[in-house]
Amino acid sequence: MIPSNFEYHAPTSIEAALDLINQYGDDCKILSGGHSLIPVLKLRLAAPAAVIDIGRIPGLSSISLDRDRLRIGALATHASIAASDMLGQLCPLLATTAHQIGDPQVRNRGTLGGSLVHADPAADWPAAILALDASITVRGSAGERHIAANDFFVDMLTSAVQQGEIVTEISVAVPAQPRASSYIKVAQSASGFAVVGVAVQLEIDNGVCVGARIGVTGFAPKPYRASSTENALKGNPITEDLISSAAALADSEAADAMNDIHASGEYRRHLTRVIAARALRAAARV
Amino acid sequence: MKISLEINGKKHEADVEPRLLLVHFLRDVANLTGTHIGCETSLCGACTVLLDDAAIKSCTVLAVQADGCRVTTIEGLASAGELHPVQKGFWEHHGLQCGYCTPGMIMAACGLLRENLSPSEAEIREGLEGNLCRCTGYQNIVDAVESAAREMAGAVK
Repeated sequence: MIPSNFEYHAPTSIEAALDLINQYGDDCKILSGGHSLIPVLKLRLAAPAAVIDIGRIPGLSSISLDRDRLRIGALATHASIAASDMLGQLCPLLATTAHQIGDPQVRNRGTLGGSLVHADPAADWPAAILALDASITVRGSAGERHIAANDFFVDMLTSAVQQGEIVTEISVAVPAQPRASSYIKVAQSASGFAVVGVAVQLEIDNGVCVGARIGVTGFAPKPYRASSTENALKGNPITEDLISSAAALADSEAADAMNDIHASGEYRRHLTRVIAARALRAAARV
Repeated sequence: MKISLEINGKKHEADVEPRLLLVHFLRDVANLTGTHIGCETSLCGACTVLLDDAAIKSCTVLAVQADGCRVTTIEGLASAGELHPVQKGFWEHHGLQCGYCTPGMIMAACGLLRENLSPSEAEIREGLEGNLCRCTGYQNIVDAVESAAREMAGAVK
């Protein structure tokens, strides 16, 4: 499989990249690690006139702590996020999600920013990004803006990033109880993509759930927060009964389940409830 | 576009189309056909090489992305007629039958051992998760990597 021809540019600054993107308009694609874009180019699902490789722009792959927020450069690879001691300590949900993506070779090349913009409905990151209420920073020629995780995923393969913008950073507040978290998925056995994946970040005070954010990927064309489950948990003592009844609501936000060769919509709906319960138990250590 | 790569310690310069995949550069431009093409969809791992010391699937990297980088392929492992410990492990433990997946399997194992010199069996299996073998049932491959790890750890001590 060989992509159709394109012009290739590897700018070394965001400004130069934005100039090129504006010059080509709709007829260019942004390349970071390439593990979403190159397969698309090879299948000729996209045949842009130009590919703008932002992989050589320095400073876009750092992982740092800025007061109470963790800042992750858009070009940080899944492998570097999985291996980060700081994330392992302060936000293990990010590290554990990264570790479950693809395989070692894919994790060595694929990037957080690239995966998010691609907005594959079966990707792993959206669940964690929603459960951590992350903020996604994008740069355009008009300046910088921040998109809340809740507003980021628009539809299948469509994010809120507009033509002419580049994702530069993903930031999350350090969770009050980093370890009260989990990401559990049923992986499609050939590709490793999530048939359904549920990420949970909890806050528990004396056995009572005082905070809960739950992201679901794989189930619907667009990943979502399981707000009904969150609301059922909040203010109540975490018990097995509460987890079961709350998890049974985890599919209620999404009307349309995806229905494809990997799983029927009905099966995905069932999985979403089961996996939500498992993820809640793991996060709450119940 | 003119690019320059260091492959197995040797500089390779060429003028390539930006759409050329790294695996095609290795096989068709540098004439290093030890790297195989399998699924072409970044699943099977047959095309695995080390790019700046990290295992990657060369069917999903453009040659232009590797401009200025170091690449290690299966041809770069043996030195002075002496097999690399991972190659030796595959030889001694019958880690292959048809051999199609072997270069990728060995390069993925090298990538794993660069990060973890004494992997457990579970870590070896996880480290080779991105490589498919349709012959061996994997057990002998795991044995081969375990034996290589022991030999390499011995050499470090």
